Amino acid sequence: MEKYTKFTGVAAPMPLVNIDTDMIIPKVFLKTIKRSGLGVNLFDEMRYDREGNEIADFVLNKPPYRGAQIIVAGDNFGCGSSREHAPWALKDFGIRAVVSTSFADIFFNNCFKNGILPIVLPPEDVAKLMDDAERGANAQVTIDLENQVITGPDGGEIAFEVDAFRKHCLLNGLDDIGLTLEKQDAIDRFETKAAQERPWV
Amino acid sequence: MSGKTLYDKIWDAHLAHEAEDGTSLLYIDRHLVHEVTSPQAFEGLRMAGRQVHAPDKTIAVPDHNVPTTAGRENPDQMTEDSRIQVAALDKNAKDFGIHYYPVNDIRQGIVHIVGPEQGWTLPGMTVVCGDSHTATHGAFGALAHGIGTSEVEHVLATQTLIQKKSKNMKVEITGKLRPGVTAKDITLAVIGETGTAGGTGYVIEYCGEAIRDLSMEGRMTVCNMAIEGGARAGLIAPDETTFAYVKGRPHAPKGAQWDAALAWWKTLKSDDDAQWDKVVTLKGEEIEPVVTWGTSPEDVLPITGVVPSPEDFKGGKVEAAKRSLDYMGLTPGTPLDEIKIDTVFVGSCTNGRIEDLREVAKILKGRKVADGVRMMIVPGSGLVREQAEAEGLAEIFTKAGADWRLAGCSMCLAMNPDQLAPEERCASTSNRNFEGRQGYKGRTHLVSPGMAAAAAVTGHLTDVRELV
Ligand code: SF4
Repeated sequence: MEKYTKFTGVAAPMPLVNIDTDMIIPKVFLKTIKRSGLGVNLFDEMRYDREGNEIADFVLNKPPYRGAQIIVAGDNFGCGSSREHAPWALKDFGIRAVVSTSFADIFFNNCFKNGILPIVLPPEDVAKLMDDAERGANAQVTIDLENQVITGPDGGEIAFEVDAFRKHCLLNGLDDIGLTLEKQDAIDRFETKAAQERPWV
Repeated sequence: MSGKTLYDKIWDAHLAHEAEDGTSLLYIDRHLVHEVTSPQAFEGLRMAGRQVHAPDKTIAVPDHNVPTTAGRENPDQMTEDSRIQVAALDKNAKDFGIHYYPVNDIRQGIVHIVGPEQGWTLPGMTVVCGDSHTATHGAFGALAHGIGTSEVEHVLATQTLIQKKSKNMKVEITGKLRPGVTAKDITLAVIGETGTAGGTGYVIEYCGEAIRDLSMEGRMTVCNMAIEGGARAGLIAPDETTFAYVKGRPHAPKGAQWDAALAWWKTLKSDDDAQWDKVVTLKGEEIEPVVTWGTSPEDVLPITGVVPSPEDFKGGKVEAAKRSLDYMGLTPGTPLDEIKIDTVFVGSCTNGRIEDLREVAKILKGRKVADGVRMMIVPGSGLVREQAEAEGLAEIFTKAGADWRLAGCSMCLAMNPDQLAPEERCASTSNRNFEGRQGYKGRTHLVSPGMAAAAAVTGHLTDVRELV
């Protein structure tokens, strides 16, 4: 995986609460057996009419937000299914961070595996960033994972929390499976012990 | 030191490694795989030259995108994309030597119905699957949750999952349910109470007399929707009901191993002095048959209620309610039982088991599906289908004018052609009423199987208690 570096990008406001994975990537696009190419169908049903024309007032269709790299979202973003197609689509579109007051658990995990940083902030900070994001192309927001700081367009800084292990993996572009396989001995020991204690498994 | 919860006990029994910051490797006893979220994981294994670490603990079945019409084993019957996904799973199962139930096997069905049915799911296990409703297996006192495709690949390669421990939440349903009220109403009522994010960060243990009184089928329905409440997993401590269900299943332990397993399973309950981070209590007697009116599973109301108005809500929910009402084509103040429906869907891993079909048959017996309403009944597995036919349920369904189909996820997620048309309104026993879930611009009302059957007969959402 690529290393997650500090970046500055446009933030798109999506204040709706409970944006679910069916909205992020409708199931008709789950039919692929690849990970790539889903960006054009991100938010498909909100973004296009059924003839495939763009719906002009959907945020990511508006000129300032077409190249957004950050989404500032309402509560409980990413609820619903376990489909990793949701972060794949976000990533493919170019989204590198999502900010909300809360995320659904599986989606939250899936983001880290795909180089997307989900940031949980208190409601007042999300509201502040939502206001910033409303300012369109002028809303350049910088995300610095190393120092755990978001810098808004007017220079205001917001600190955020992130799990130390996940931060380490993102910053260094580490692959989970490789890391786990380094602990193969521990897994082997566990299997030997479990086979004695619970042979029926 | 205080006692442990059931979740604590299962967690401790599966901890293969723990780093100083609490990041843990949890060992996985059962990994269930289906055709939609696994192809990229197997592709990843091949690219890295890795094997499946424990093929004997890995079980695959195609369900999400298979047709539910007769003759489907003929690949010409499948759409191209489902043919590709099913063929990929056929090949991956064979290449990596994992247990497999292909489309034409009588044991094929929805992965969360097949696991318990075949005895793969046992108390005290860790169970994962690339599907959020893996929570279903928690009904056995197994720690079960959905994972993404990268995690599917991780489990295939290492038989472990990188995890941080969740918090403990207790949901107690006291007393007895009233007639006409089912497990589905319990689980929806809980989400109505806690909201769809109320369980985020928690593993829920359901307990109380009303839960104890449920059959395994009902318990699976309750745990199935733990994820709709945001929880990582739902659990119910195993008891005699659990053991009786498990005993004799094809992959359940036998003989001396059964005795050893049973002895351990009996210790799987939360200690009296266990610490809970959150407790929610509902009175069983107060739960009514419920329906959802909006596009989030938390939009729950008793069938005796009326469509709410956005002003009834606060904060971000006001906008969401406006959007939901608009999407659902509903006017505030309309009595819920006056909402006319076009379609009824019975099935899914929430309500596609034999007991659910019996509930439906009770209402449909001697009655007809209302004119202009289509009713689709999709059993959760080939074995459920067989049993429903043997019990005469299938005959009741077809006589009533319902469409009796083959096993699969079908209109629960509408990947295959089983879909709603735009603005078509559906009473559904599935678990999600999200926008577009059952078809583009389709409108879903989540209900119990009995309520679904009642709606089919009258042509509008109906209080099932009027028909029993
Ligand atoms: S029936 Fe629905 S919820 Fe269950 S596994 Fe299939 S798609 Fe998922």
